[in-house]
Amino acid sequence: MTGRRPVTFVRPTLAVVAACVALLAAGPSMAAGDVEAPKSPGFSFQGPFGTYDRGELQRGFQVYQEVCSACHSLKYFAFRNLRSIGFDEVQAKAIAAQYEVMGGPDEEGEMFERPAVLADFIPAPFANDNAARAANNGALPPDLSLIVKARAGGEDYVYSLLTGYADPPADVELGEGMDYNPYFGGGQIAMPPPLFEDGVEYADGTKASVDQMARDVTTFLTWAAEPDMEARKRMGIKVMVFLVLMTVLLYMVKRKVWSDVH
Amino acid sequence: MSSPGSGNRIVQWIEYRLPIFSWLDHTVGSGYPAPKNLNYLWNMGSLAGVALVIQIVTGIVLAMHYVPHGNMAFDSVEHIMRNVNYGWLIRYIHANGASMFFLVVYIHVFRGLYYGSYKYPRELLWWIGLAIMLLMMATAFMGYVLPWGQMSFWAATVITNLFSAIPLIGEPIVTWLWGGFAVDSPTLQRFYSLHYLLPFVIAGVVIVHIWALHTHGSNNPTGIDVKGPQDTLPFHPYYTVKDLFGLGLFLIIFAYWVFYNPNYLGHPDNYIPANPLQTPPHIVPEWYLLPYYAILRAIPDKLGGIVVMGAAIGVLFLIPWLDTSRVRSATFRPIYKQFYWILVADILILGWVGANPPEGYFILIGQLATAYYFLHFIIVMPFVGWFETPRQLPDSIATSVLDKGGGADTAKEGAP
Ligand code: HEC
Ligand code: HEM
Repeated sequence: MTGRRPVTFVRPTLAVVAACVALLAAGPSMAAGDVEAPKSPGFSFQGPFGTYDRGELQRGFQVYQEVCSACHSLKYFAFRNLRSIGFDEVQAKAIAAQYEVMGGPDEEGEMFERPAVLADFIPAPFANDNAARAANNGALPPDLSLIVKARAGGEDYVYSLLTGYADPPADVELGEGMDYNPYFGGGQIAMPPPLFEDGVEYADGTKASVDQMARDVTTFLTWAAEPDMEARKRMGIKVMVFLVLMTVLLYMVKRKVWSDVH
Repeated sequence: MSSPGSGNRIVQWIEYRLPIFSWLDHTVGSGYPAPKNLNYLWNMGSLAGVALVIQIVTGIVLAMHYVPHGNMAFDSVEHIMRNVNYGWLIRYIHANGASMFFLVVYIHVFRGLYYGSYKYPRELLWWIGLAIMLLMMATAFMGYVLPWGQMSFWAATVITNLFSAIPLIGEPIVTWLWGGFAVDSPTLQRFYSLHYLLPFVIAGVVIVHIWALHTHGSNNPTGIDVKGPQDTLPFHPYYTVKDLFGLGLFLIIFAYWVFYNPNYLGHPDNYIPANPLQTPPHIVPEWYLLPYYAILRAIPDKLGGIVVMGAAIGVLFLIPWLDTSRVRSATFRPIYKQFYWILVADILILGWVGANPPEGYFILIGQLATAYYFLHFIIVMPFVGWFETPRQLPDSIATSVLDKGGGADTAKEGAP
């Protein structure tokens, strides 16, 4: 950019330069690795009448709990939300009680560990971003609460990413600790393939293929990102029917009122 | 609402002390005559008013739960989405309502451009309308910053940085705008304050807009003046019912976005919390600002880009003089009509370029489209006005309605 005088603070300068670079020359870095368009396995919650499959949601939670939660937080998910994905109160309380959270202070002013209750949020695997990076080869596993809404391609992208690991083509030189995944921007991802055949043992006896687990956890993460989707679509139908009827009526009134104008 | 105070004692009591009923009657009632030939493009004004009210009402509810602080804004929006009763509904109406607002206002403006509604005696009306459009852009931009996602943050950074191009005082101005040395919580807080204020300023300017409108009445598809009562209809019930029917259609489209595709018009990156250390690969504004963004980037110099982008809107203020034709409506201007549609295509191309990274052939297309935009207003408009022979105008609005589409038998040149 033209004529910028130096700024004394490092961060703003960086921000400004970065913004200007993005403004005038953005794109090529990202566009470089041709990203594969996500594949769509077809989900029950897609479409105007779609709903979440409770079985998929509960299995998806299990996958998150047993696999993804080793690295990823899910900060907007509270144990009470388990009720909404089809667990009953006893089950939800039992799941919550498996986790320890920080309580207190007690009368002496001491903090203490206590079993989680429904009002608690699901604990994050790392105390902070730096700890998360340190444990993941410098890469930050993002919080998954909104991941489906925070990526172009949404649920199809997340599903494709999870099932898309492959051997790198001959011309791709993988970085240290990186895996090849054509759905990820740049083609190299710092997340090792998280899903393996029978990686979890489903409570409902469903066979835990990679495809099944990816589908289940994607459904669960879509719920986590958009918990009111079913209510929204249900209300939408009523609103639409009402609006269409009202508009047809108004059209007829309009015709009637205007019938004497020529 | 026929003659004010018809019979009802309470109405009479109030009317005698505050003539609000006769005022209403002259504004949107049977006492306001409107040309009888208005088409559906004339619905956009009332729809814009409805959209403004929807934004203000949903905005006030959002403001009850929203927290304007760098560390809490993003979480508070998610709190609205998840924990506030029908918070998701309110927020999706507000977010998509901004798009619907711009949609109807842009159609409204292009309507005016086509039918010459900016010409004598409606120049002030046109300028006031442009002022509303500018205020809307500022309001929507600052609103988009409030959820404090990645796009919020970086859009704020890019746009406020534009001011640094001002010679000498640019840097201090940017620091002053930011309330610090980078976009941060103080920036968010002042944007929030202004985002709350400006819609009410818009409402005030809208009242002046309508005042100016009612001074000479609506233009119409023929562009010729109303000659007498045979050319008009009372606003109520004819246009109230037509506006209501249009409102029904508008709400159906609106509801589609809110209930079935609420995030389509937004950007996925805005569901990632703001991060000053990580620049998104493409920083793009919302769709309604894309053409201006393309013009800004068409100029390889920062200051130049800003000047040209400002001129792109500034030139719209000048068209009452740049348009030299004596005929208002493009319906009767065979040559200009074609240029009009080329301009529309040109602006759509600018929008498309604005949505794409400035690389490869997008740069050239953006520059050509920008050049053509100005060419249209500065060269095409005056010259076509001088050299074009308009089609014959109908005698009056009443006759044009009688022989629809057809001929002007007894011809007359149009006003003014
Ligand atoms: C061993 C730790 C680890 C596990 C287990 C793990 N991830 Fe990740 N994940 C990461 C890291 C590290 C990244 C960041 C990758 C990068 O930026 O290159 C990541 C990134 C992601 C992303 C974002 C990709 C993008 O577009 O930026 C998604 C989605 C994701 N993980 C989903 C999952 C799901 C679902 C599971 C469980 C099935 C899971 N992860 C299990 C470490 C892990
Ligand atoms: C001209 C009218 C208005 C327009 C065009 C407008 C536009 C916007 C936009 C584009 C957003 C970002 C939405 C998102 O992506 O989440 C927003 C957010 C917001 N607006 Fe408005 N707005 C208007 C009026 C108002 C008013 C009058 C208020 C308050 C009284 C208000 C309060 C808010 C709040 C609190 C947010 C943040 C919550 C959120 O992001 O959803 N708005 N506005």
